[in-house]
Amino acid sequence: MLLIYCPYCKQYRDEEEFSYAGEAHIKRPQNPLAISDESWGNYLFFRKNPSDVHHEMWNHSSGCRQFFNVARDMITYEIKETYCISESPKIEKYKK
Amino acid sequence: MSGCNINRLEPLNVAGESTVINFKFNSKKYRGYKGDTLASALIANKVDVVGRSFKFSRPRGIVGHWSEEPNAIVQVGSGAGTVPNLKATQVELYEGLEAKSVNGWPTVNFDFMSLVGVFEKLMPPGFYYKTFMYPGRFWMLYEKYIRKAAGLGKVPVDSDPDYYDKENHHCDILVVGSGPSGMIAALEAGLSGADVIIADDQSEMGGSLLYSNHSLEGKSGFNWAKLLENKISSLKNVTVINRCTVFGYYDHNFLTMIERCNDHISVTSKSGPRQKLHRVRAKRVILATGAFERPLVFANNDIPGVMIASSVSAYINRYKVLPGASLVLCTNNDYAYKTAIDWKSEGNNRITIVDTRRAVKSELINQAKALGIKIIYGHGVTEAKGKKRVQAALISPLSANGSELIGGSTEIVCDVIATSGGWSAAVHLNSQTGVKPVWNRNIISFTPGKTNETQVSIGACNGSFNLIDCIQEGSEAGALMSKNLGFGKGKPKEKIALDKSENEHPTQPIFCIPHQKPSIKGLKQFVDQQLDVTAGSIELAAKEGFESVEHVKRYTALGFGTDQGKLGNVNGMAILANALNKSIEETGTTMFRPAYTPTTFGAIAGRDVKVLFDPIRYTPMHEWHKKHTKEFENVGQWRRPWYFPKVSEGMEQAVARECLAVRNKVGILDASTLGKIDVKGKDALEFLNRVYTNDFTSLTPGRCRYGLMLKEDGMIFDDGVCACIDKNHYLIHTTTGGAANVLSWLEMWKQTEWPELEVFLTSVTDVWATATISGPESRKVISKICRDIDFSDDNFKFMHLKHGTVAGIEARIFRISFTGELSFEINVPSRYGLYIWSKLIDAGDEFGITPYGTEAMHVLRAEKGFIIVGQDTDGSMSPSDMGLSWIVKEGKKFSFLGERSLHRSDLLRSDRKQFVGLLSNDSKTHVPEGSQIVTSKKKKFPMKMEGHVTSSYAHGSLGYPIALAVVENGHQRLGETVFSPQADGSFVDLKIVSPVFYDSKGERSNV
Ligand SMILES: [Zn+2]
Repeated sequence: MLLIYCPYCKQYRDEEEFSYAGEAHIKRPQNPLAISDESWGNYLFFRKNPSDVHHEMWNHSSGCRQFFNVARDMITYEIKETYCISESPKIEKYKK
Repeated sequence: MSGCNINRLEPLNVAGESTVINFKFNSKKYRGYKGDTLASALIANKVDVVGRSFKFSRPRGIVGHWSEEPNAIVQVGSGAGTVPNLKATQVELYEGLEAKSVNGWPTVNFDFMSLVGVFEKLMPPGFYYKTFMYPGRFWMLYEKYIRKAAGLGKVPVDSDPDYYDKENHHCDILVVGSGPSGMIAALEAGLSGADVIIADDQSEMGGSLLYSNHSLEGKSGFNWAKLLENKISSLKNVTVINRCTVFGYYDHNFLTMIERCNDHISVTSKSGPRQKLHRVRAKRVILATGAFERPLVFANNDIPGVMIASSVSAYINRYKVLPGASLVLCTNNDYAYKTAIDWKSEGNNRITIVDTRRAVKSELINQAKALGIKIIYGHGVTEAKGKKRVQAALISPLSANGSELIGGSTEIVCDVIATSGGWSAAVHLNSQTGVKPVWNRNIISFTPGKTNETQVSIGACNGSFNLIDCIQEGSEAGALMSKNLGFGKGKPKEKIALDKSENEHPTQPIFCIPHQKPSIKGLKQFVDQQLDVTAGSIELAAKEGFESVEHVKRYTALGFGTDQGKLGNVNGMAILANALNKSIEETGTTMFRPAYTPTTFGAIAGRDVKVLFDPIRYTPMHEWHKKHTKEFENVGQWRRPWYFPKVSEGMEQAVARECLAVRNKVGILDASTLGKIDVKGKDALEFLNRVYTNDFTSLTPGRCRYGLMLKEDGMIFDDGVCACIDKNHYLIHTTTGGAANVLSWLEMWKQTEWPELEVFLTSVTDVWATATISGPESRKVISKICRDIDFSDDNFKFMHLKHGTVAGIEARIFRISFTGELSFEINVPSRYGLYIWSKLIDAGDEFGITPYGTEAMHVLRAEKGFIIVGQDTDGSMSPSDMGLSWIVKEGKKFSFLGERSLHRSDLLRSDRKQFVGLLSNDSKTHVPEGSQIVTSKKKKFPMKMEGHVTSSYAHGSLGYPIALAVVENGHQRLGETVFSPQADGSFVDLKIVSPVFYDSKGERSNV
């Protein structure tokens, strides 16, 4: 069970307080009606599945109810950093 | 009692007194002592056969002394509290204990199945795959037969009389195992000031020192451990938990452990929880889980009397029991010589050591020689002789590498054959963190793999089998781990005057002693005794083409028993590697997963059972409901009245009566469970326009509108009425079950995509109690107790809301309808819910007001063709599929969620399943929900399924059954007859109709 740092509560809490909310940093297209089926399809359905660090959203659903971002290694489950929704990842390159 | 404790050396002495304990095994009375395990007491009483093997029904005796035991599997107790499949080696003896072998019928000494020999023929390796894969239905037949005869313990039928607790811990350092290395690590960590937990599955600290006769700092190992235990226990920052198995190691140093609080206490004097699940989040973990001694594999090595060398020592040293009269000890290493010395120290001279190695030299061997113990080098035990007890060992000279026999066999008379094939580090917990153990050919054991967790393995589980090394590693790890966390300087504080390590002669890599006949054809050489996996069956699997260890394990069932291969796995891998002509590294290793030992479900459930399993939510009116019905329906966590039967009414009559009351007079429904979200802020309208298909721009204060939410893929997600309370203030209703999801979904968009919008979402479901009165007389009812609102149709129009005072309470009243009748939803603060409900019932009495439940509510809405999201839709239905295009306002300034997807080619297909009504042709037959729709009664199955029934009701206000369904291109097929095949082979003939069965113009709600 993961130990996750909520950047809003500023505390480490157990995974059972959180819920997973999908890949992070997916931007909704500005004008959906103007884009092709293919672009819309990419936005809707295609998600990364990296074998290293993945940026994902979590919701502190049984806590402050805030959504935030987590950079997590998909092999070791090590959490490299967590940061607020409006922020970019601080670490550019993660050490293996 | 005569013959009692004939193997006992001296009475067991616990804290200066020996207490006799009476117990029963397989219905026979025996006596043991306080401090005994069931196994040690049985050996003391010279009970040789304790069970029958699973597959071959061979008589089996006790092999080990702890969790590695494969044979002595017992059922303890009787009735509701009986516990199946415990290892006799771990069951502490208590007064009145009753245990039975889990297999063997009619008795373990006379087993019916062994005579028939049926299992042997029935169960070759891979037999599950070969025999049961096809035809599948035969499995049911076989399974019953095999389970009955093989016996796997009996699960109690009644509910568990015991209770269980859970405890959460956060600590700096968790030390797993309180053997010498774990104890010293915990002491060092504790002395440094760190917050420490040390857990061990034994009843007291000491680990291997409890069983062996080492001496340390001039004391016996046992006394040395007791001194250390006292020091540790005196530290306030160290928590010691005994009888506690750490069984799971999960991400980020989260470990689960089960403490057996009173399993060792007689039933009559028990109190408190039976077991406790400890959930530990540790900053650092020190694994000191020790090692298991491997048996050597040879022919007939399952005859009672064949034991693990260190277990023989354990019975002598800890339990004062000599497990036999004459010993043959077969070893490939030095450590096992200890067992011969222990045996000799009890004054018994009948010992032969058979060492597979030649020209060996070490201090321990010299010690054995000096005691006059007979040692035969370069030999191995090839076969045990005997039936229900070992009578002799056959030994033969071995080639230098141990792979072949180089001479004939000699018989040595004995009743115990102890073997040692070296030690296997208990790497299970390390491996559970997701790493493969690493084979170390120097020590002939797996060692811990590199893990991402902040942990360290020390002592025997790290492959350090020498006691001096164990203590040193423990001492260093305890100090260093503490320093990492800011406690102490990293230098051990406790000075221990250790002797120098004794020199050792290397262990020989030999696992299976060859026999005159090859393994596949010869006598059985057992690798995994619990599941009767032999060396021959592993070699056969290799011959049949299995190369991966993981596959061979599953094919032969190696390591799948309750001992999980603690003794057999490494031998099995070595035999497989040999058969494949590969090294153990090349053959590959397996991973370990939780649980380390079998774990009680009760402890995992803890108190979260029965009424505490899941929270139950009651509405404020529940007290009234309880008095008027016993029929409740669970809707999510809510408990709602299902229907209110009158005396002698069944469900059908009650529901029909309730429906008719609503249609003809007035009904009252508790609608408090409906999800309610308060939306406020200067951008509230903009936010709603983005998440609903509707355009709410024209929704002025005091007005309501039915709204639809889609997911981005264009599929219906939720629906409900949205009301404008005031400028920048809305109340949205969600489905009862979807309230939490909708709120979370809206929060996600607000927080992640549109943080610039100023809007606040608050769940107010529990804030309001809602009573819905519905039916032609509802206006008269509400008018009676609410005087400050003019309820005339001109003043209070359909789809409007007003604030007023109902029976003295400020209320919000919505004129909306889910039944199709004139309806008012009266919302008051929750605490007035019960009061308002009673007032409405009183006021409605003269009009025949009838309470109705969720069933009538469902029927009434179905008669009107109103959908229930999640029942009539399933996440793959679009607004147009459900005939709801009329509330989709495309081309709003901001493209609402899901709008773009409505133009995807898949949503434009003409053969999509569409929402329709169904009437049975005979107006009588009720078609079950979930039934499939086909177009022919004559075609052969499987035929194309064109749709399915989503809602269906036999009784309502109409007098005939109705159903709702989704059918391919259904909107264009009104009037067509379709068929629904049923499980009994019959068909229901159905006509496709409009889903609105009643008042299709919607006049009744608009009066
Ligand atoms: Zn938080």
